[in-house]
Amino acid sequence: MNAATNPHVNYILRLADGSLVLAQRLSELCGKGPALEPDIALTNIALDLLGQARLLLSHAGTLEGQGRDEDALAYWRDAKDFLNPTLCELPNGDFAQTCLRAYCYVSWQAVLWAQLQQSSDAALAAIAAKSCKETRYHCEHLGDWVLRLGDGTAESHARMQRALDYLYPYTNELFDSDATDEAAAAVGLGPLPSTLAADWQAQVLPLLTEATLSVPATVPFHSTGRRGVHSEALGHLLGEMQVVARAHPGAHW
Amino acid sequence: MSDRKEWPLWEVFLRSKAGLDHKHCGSLHAADGAMALQMARDVYTRRQEGVSIWVVRADQIVASAPDDKAALFDPMADKIYRHPTFYELPDEVNHM
Repeated sequence: MNAATNPHVNYILRLADGSLVLAQRLSELCGKGPALEPDIALTNIALDLLGQARLLLSHAGTLEGQGRDEDALAYWRDAKDFLNPTLCELPNGDFAQTCLRAYCYVSWQAVLWAQLQQSSDAALAAIAAKSCKETRYHCEHLGDWVLRLGDGTAESHARMQRALDYLYPYTNELFDSDATDEAAAAVGLGPLPSTLAADWQAQVLPLLTEATLSVPATVPFHSTGRRGVHSEALGHLLGEMQVVARAHPGAHW
Repeated sequence: MSDRKEWPLWEVFLRSKAGLDHKHCGSLHAADGAMALQMARDVYTRRQEGVSIWVVRADQIVASAPDDKAALFDPMADKIYRHPTFYELPDEVNHM
């Protein structure tokens, strides 16, 4: 059975791939951060996200029952089979865009983990409970940068506003519901994404306002990464992430 | 940018799970105290080293000068009567 035909597997893969792809993006900055301290901080966050991805991918592999483990799912699927929201795969851009993108996603995760702890899937509920605390810290740390740069110098404010104008339309997708989400909601696997919007906005909008940023008007644009239709950025990201595993199949440390 | 300023230096003190007092563990650069705390969490507690963090701006610490070492500390070398080693403790008092 193809994963695409199993809504339960799909639902888990969407979460797994969001964490994995964002982890890969943030780890691009390892050793290249603006200073040693934020470099370590962002790399720590990348590692936490990678930890979430590993648990979720392993769980998806078990549910799928095709013998694919976390490595098979991470390294041997192509871009069209990745189900992360497009937001996660966009290029890092400057430090403002890097922090704001990650903040938009982890604050969405924070709202979602809270709900998923009541999931009918006990393994998913346990992963949500474990991830909840680290995500709270990610929100605090990244939110702090959004605030500092937004309400900072003229240069940092302009960059953060530019990042917000660019990224905000991609957050629409986080609250889109389709057949997979409806199937998940029907069996108590997880909430309909559309029901997360109010909590997310209650968390994010006050921070953006405090950061003296103007929230862009809602636009009809909806990205489609969660359905496997991605921006061109994902192919490049996966090329780098998967090249070693594919060049040396079955290799061990 | 030409007017870029270095972040000030902060000294970091951690209290470990077993320890009662905060111990100096290192230093880092941060723009202010709140950022220094977060940075300290990421740089110095990655392996669960601490349950509490203090950060202090390095330039706020008043320190003794190494050159004053002789004047400050050497006079104590011949005052062994300041050590409580001349008392005989009863066996019941084990952990002094």
